[in-house]
Amino acid sequence: MELTSEENAALNGEHGDTLQTAYRILVATGEATNAEKLIPIKWAHLSGVNYNTIGDAGEQFLRELSKDARVKVKATVNPMGIDFDHISEFNHIDDEFIKKQASIRDSYIRMGVEPTFSCTPYDIFDLPEKNTQVSFAESNAAIFANSLGGLKTNKESAFSALASAITGKSPYSDLRKDDITTPMTIRMKMDNPNELDFGMLGFFAGKVGDTSVNISGVSQPNRRSCKALCGGMGTSGTCAKFQFIDSEDEKSEKVDFGKEEMNEVFDELNTAEKGDIITLGSPQLGLEELSDLSKMLKGKSFEKRCLIFCSRAVQEQARTLDYINEIERAGGEILSDCCTCLTPLIDTNETDAVTTNSIKGAYYLNNSTGVNVNLKPLTKIIEDETK
Amino acid sequence: MSKIIVQGVAQGTVLKTTSPINFLGAVDKKTGVIHDKKYDIFEKSVKDTVLVFPHGIGSSVGAYTIYSLKSNQSAPVAMICQKADLTVASGCALANIPMIVVSNEEFNSIQDGNQITIDTKSEKIFN
Repeated sequence: MELTSEENAALNGEHGDTLQTAYRILVATGEATNAEKLIPIKWAHLSGVNYNTIGDAGEQFLRELSKDARVKVKATVNPMGIDFDHISEFNHIDDEFIKKQASIRDSYIRMGVEPTFSCTPYDIFDLPEKNTQVSFAESNAAIFANSLGGLKTNKESAFSALASAITGKSPYSDLRKDDITTPMTIRMKMDNPNELDFGMLGFFAGKVGDTSVNISGVSQPNRRSCKALCGGMGTSGTCAKFQFIDSEDEKSEKVDFGKEEMNEVFDELNTAEKGDIITLGSPQLGLEELSDLSKMLKGKSFEKRCLIFCSRAVQEQARTLDYINEIERAGGEILSDCCTCLTPLIDTNETDAVTTNSIKGAYYLNNSTGVNVNLKPLTKIIEDETK
Repeated sequence: MSKIIVQGVAQGTVLKTTSPINFLGAVDKKTGVIHDKKYDIFEKSVKDTVLVFPHGIGSSVGAYTIYSLKSNQSAPVAMICQKADLTVASGCALANIPMIVVSNEEFNSIQDGNQITIDTKSEKIFN
C-alpha cells in the first residue's frame, strides 16, 4: 500500500502514539484487503462499546486512548450493555459492570463521538449523498449502508472504524471501489416471507456468500424485514452487501434458499419451545417499527416480560408521537442505549429461554449470553404472548 | 506465497480448524477456550498456539476479543489464515500478534499439532 509522506510520518510515530496506533491498524487492514492507498471518509460508526464484549482490556484501552485521541470526522457509536435510566429494574446488574460501562461511555464521549449508543445509525440520521465513503463497524449498519443506503463501506472492525474516526481515512479496497464483482445469486424460494424468514435468509446468505451477493425472488420487503436481513447476514459471515435483482445474471453461481435451507438455519438457532421473556430489537427498532408495534398492541397486554430495544433518539421521537404510551400500557419495557445482543439485562440465573423474532439476537443469546431461544415472527409473538 | 499482515517472529504448536472463527461469539476472551460446540476445536484453547483457520467471521467487536486475549496472556502466538479479514487483521495489529495469509495449498499442508516457526522478516514458515 502506498502512503503519502504525511501518512508515513504518522505511521513512524512522528505525530504521537495515538496516530501511530491508528495508522498501524489502517496499514494492516489495508494489506489484508489489498488496498493501494488510503482515502478520506465522512462518517465512522464504532463498535466496541458494551463492557460485556470488550471487557477490562477494552475498557482500559479506551480510557488510555481517550486521554489524547479525538475523532476527526462525524463518529457515532454502537449500543452499550445497559440503559443507565433503568438499572434499578434489573437488580442483578453489579456495580462493577455499571462502573466499567460508565467509563467506556465517558471515554467515547471524551473522544468526541455523538452519544448515539445505537446499532441503527441509519434510523437516526439522514444518510449522506450516494456513494459517500463511510466506515461502519456494526455489521448490520454496514450492510444497510451499502445495500439500501447507497453508501460505501467495508464491513469494518471495531479497531479499523476507530482508526478511521481518528484519522478520517480508510483503506481503498473491496466494497469501496466501483467495480465490485458479485459472483453469487441467492434465489429466495419462500412465498410471503416475514421478517424472521428474511433474518434466516440473511444468515444463510452470510454463510455462503463472499463479500457481496445478489438476491432474487424478493419483492420490496418492508423496513422490519430489511433490517432483519441485514442483521442476519452480518452475524454469520463476511458478506457486507446485497442487491435485490429481478433477472439473474447467467454467469453468477445460483444457490437456492428454500424450505430445507430455512429449516437448517431455524434448527441451528431455535433451541426452545417457549421463552420466559420476550425481546424485540436486534437491530434496535426504528420509528416505523414502533409505530407498527403500538398498533398491533391496541387493546392487548403482554403476558410476560417484554424488553423492547430502540435508540434514545428514536425513543424520544416515538414518545412525542404516543407510540411509547401504547407499548408501555401493554406492558412492554422500552430500553435505549443497549440491545438484545450481549446485554447483561438478560440473566441466565433468571432466564432459561428468550422468545424473539431476531436471528442476530438468537445467535448471540445462544452463543454468548448462554440462554435458549424460541424464534417466532412478531405477528406470532403478539398472537401467542398477549391477551 | 504468503502475505504478511502483521510482522513478527513466533514459534508454537499449530491449532487448526477448517471453520471460520467468530471471535466474539466463540472464544472466551479470558481463557482463550473455544466455547461454541459447533467448532471442531470446541473446548480447546487458542492460548500460545499458532492458530490456523480460514478467516474471521461475525461481529466487528471480535477485534477486541483478540486484544483482550493478548492482555489476558491467552492469545495465540501467531495466526495463519487463508483469507484476511478486517477483524482479525486489526485485532492482531493492535495486539502485536504476527499474522500471515497463505495460499490454499500451504494452508492445506499445515497440520494440527505441527511445530511451526514464523519469521515475517525472512518471509518463512518452518515446519
